[in-house]
Amino acid sequence: MDSKFNIQSYTHIRNGTISLNGNTLFESETEDFSTFIKEAYKSQHIEYPKFFKMDNLSKLAFIAADIILRNTSNSEENIAIILSNKASSLDTDRKHQESISDTDNYYPSPSIFVYTLPNICIGEICIRHQLFSENSFFIFDNFNPDCLWVQTEHLLKTKKANKALCGWVDFDDSNYDAFLYLVEDHGTFNHSIKNIKELYLCK
Amino acid sequence: MHKIYLSHNAIISSLGFDSETVVENIKNEISGISRIEDEDLFQKPFYGSIINKTILKHKFNALKTKEDHTVLEQLMILSLNKVIKASNITINTSVGLIISTTKGNIDVLEKNSDFPKSYTYLSRLGTVLKKHFSFKTEPIVVSNACVSGVLAISIAKRLIKESVHKHVFIVSGDLVSKFVLSGFNSFQALSDSECKPYSKDRTGINLGEAIASVLVTSDTNYLTEESVELIGDATCNDANHISGPSRSGEGLFRCVNSAMKEAAIKPQDIDYLSAHGTATIFNDDMEAIAFNRLGLQNVPLNSLKGYFGHTLGSSGLVETIVGMHSLKLNTLFYSKGFTSLGVSKPLHIIEKTKQQPLAIFLKTASGFGGANTALLLKSITYKNVKKRT
Repeated sequence: MDSKFNIQSYTHIRNGTISLNGNTLFESETEDFSTFIKEAYKSQHIEYPKFFKMDNLSKLAFIAADIILRNTSNSEENIAIILSNKASSLDTDRKHQESISDTDNYYPSPSIFVYTLPNICIGEICIRHQLFSENSFFIFDNFNPDCLWVQTEHLLKTKKANKALCGWVDFDDSNYDAFLYLVEDHGTFNHSIKNIKELYLCK
Repeated sequence: MHKIYLSHNAIISSLGFDSETVVENIKNEISGISRIEDEDLFQKPFYGSIINKTILKHKFNALKTKEDHTVLEQLMILSLNKVIKASNITINTSVGLIISTTKGNIDVLEKNSDFPKSYTYLSRLGTVLKKHFSFKTEPIVVSNACVSGVLAISIAKRLIKESVHKHVFIVSGDLVSKFVLSGFNSFQALSDSECKPYSKDRTGINLGEAIASVLVTSDTNYLTEESVELIGDATCNDANHISGPSRSGEGLFRCVNSAMKEAAIKPQDIDYLSAHGTATIFNDDMEAIAFNRLGLQNVPLNSLKGYFGHTLGSSGLVETIVGMHSLKLNTLFYSKGFTSLGVSKPLHIIEKTKQQPLAIFLKTASGFGGANTALLLKSITYKNVKKRT
C-alpha cells in the first residue's frame, strides 16, 4: 500500500555495526554489548552522562534514536515514537528477579526496577530530544511492519504527529537488534509496508 | 467517518467476576483492598487487592479447557470469553485483538514456577488467546507502563479508523507478584494502609490485580446500555523524568488539551473526571497542577485506586469501564479513601456517591517512562441507537 508519507532516514545497530541509511558509521570487533555500546557512544561524540545509568535496552534505543534525530532541529518538533520488540524488558526483569529470589541475599534496587518496562527507553529518548509527543510500545514475536505502519499512518494523517520515529529495539540475553526509521512528508523511500520490510532486512 | 464506541465489557477483580457486581460494590463504597499476609508474595503483610483464586479455579474449570494455563492466562480467557459471547460477534478476519499488560506472566520467572521460562515473553499471551478463541488476525500486545490500558483503546480506534478491523477486543491484565511488590517497595512507594488518593495523609500506593475486557467497534448494532463514544484521545510524554512525574504536569496537560481539541469541547463540557490518583505524594500533586492549568479544578473527580488498588497495565481499562457504568447510572462514585485535600491546587473530589446527570467523562492515566494518556468519552442514548433486527 502506498502512502503520502516517506521514510526520511533509517538506522541499524546489529552485529557490532552501526549504519545510517545503509552506510556504516561505526564498527567494533567486540562481542560484548556493554563494551560495544560504550565505544559507539564515544565514537558518535555524544555528551550525555545519564547514558551510563541506562539499562541495555535503553542504551540501544537511545543511540539508534540519536543517530536519526541528531539532524533534526528536535525541540518542540512533534515526533511520535512507536517502538516494538520481542523481549520487552526481560533482560532487566531477570536482573530484578535475581535480586529478590534469595531472602538471605535480597537487594532490589529502584534504579534497576524502573527499567523493567519496555517503554522506559521511549522516555529516555523523549527526555534527550525534548519530545512531548505520542508514545506506544508494542511486543511481537517477530518484526511486524504492518502494525507500525498503520499506527504511523493514522497519527500523521490526523496531524497528531508531524513525524514518527518507528522501529524495533530488542535486547535479550546478550543478543541485540535495533532498526529505527523516521517517517515524514519528504524522504527517499515511500512509507510502504514493503519498503519497511526491505529496509529492516538490509544491512 | 466512523464513530468509535466502547461496548460489551467485563471486569474481574477482588470486587467480583463481572462488571455489574464490581460496579454494584463500588456504588456501595465497598473497597477490594485488604491486609494481605502471604509470605510467598511479600516478606511482610501489605495492603492490596487480590483476586480470589479458588473462585477462579472453579470458574475456569467450568470452561473445560484442555491446555495448562498460568493464572493470568486463565483470567484473560475467562474475561474475554464473557465479552466475546455477550457481543455475539463471529471471530473472522475483520476482528482484532489487543492485549494490554506491563508484566504478563512475570511470576513464571520465580524459581519454583511450574511453567517454562519462555512463558514470560509477552507475545505468549497473544498466542494463547489467539488459539483459544480462534482469532484469525495477529494479536497486538501493548506494554506502555501504567497508561497501557487506556492507550490500548486509542490503538483500537486507529485500527478501526484505518479499516484494518471492524471490531477490536481488548483484554488487559496484570497480577500482584513478588516481582512488582519488591520493586515498588524498593521505591518506598507502597502505603502501609489503604491508599488515600489526593488526601493530606496519603502515604503511597496499594497494588491490585484486575483483568478487564471491552469491545471497541464502530458498528451500532453491537452496543449496550453503558456504551460510550470515544470523542477524543491523545498520549503525550513529559520529556522530564523516567520515574518521577513532571512538576508542571506537562504531558498530562498536553494530552488532555489535544483530546479536547479533537472532541471540539471545552473544559466546562466535562461532567466527570476519572483521574489516575495513585496516592503517591508526587503523582497526585502533578495531576492537581495539570488539571488546574486545564481549568478542570471544578469538575467532579475521583480516583478508583481506593477500590482496586493500582492494577498497572489494567488500571486504565478497568477505570474506563467503571466510568461507562457511572454514565449509564448517572452516578458519581465516591473517591474511596479521600479524607481532606492534600494537593497544592484545588480539586473537586467526589466525597459522597451521588446521582447526577452525566454525559461526558474524561479518563486520564500517567505512568513510568513519562507517558500520559487522556480519553474523552460520551454517553450514547441507547434508545436512539438502532437495535439489531
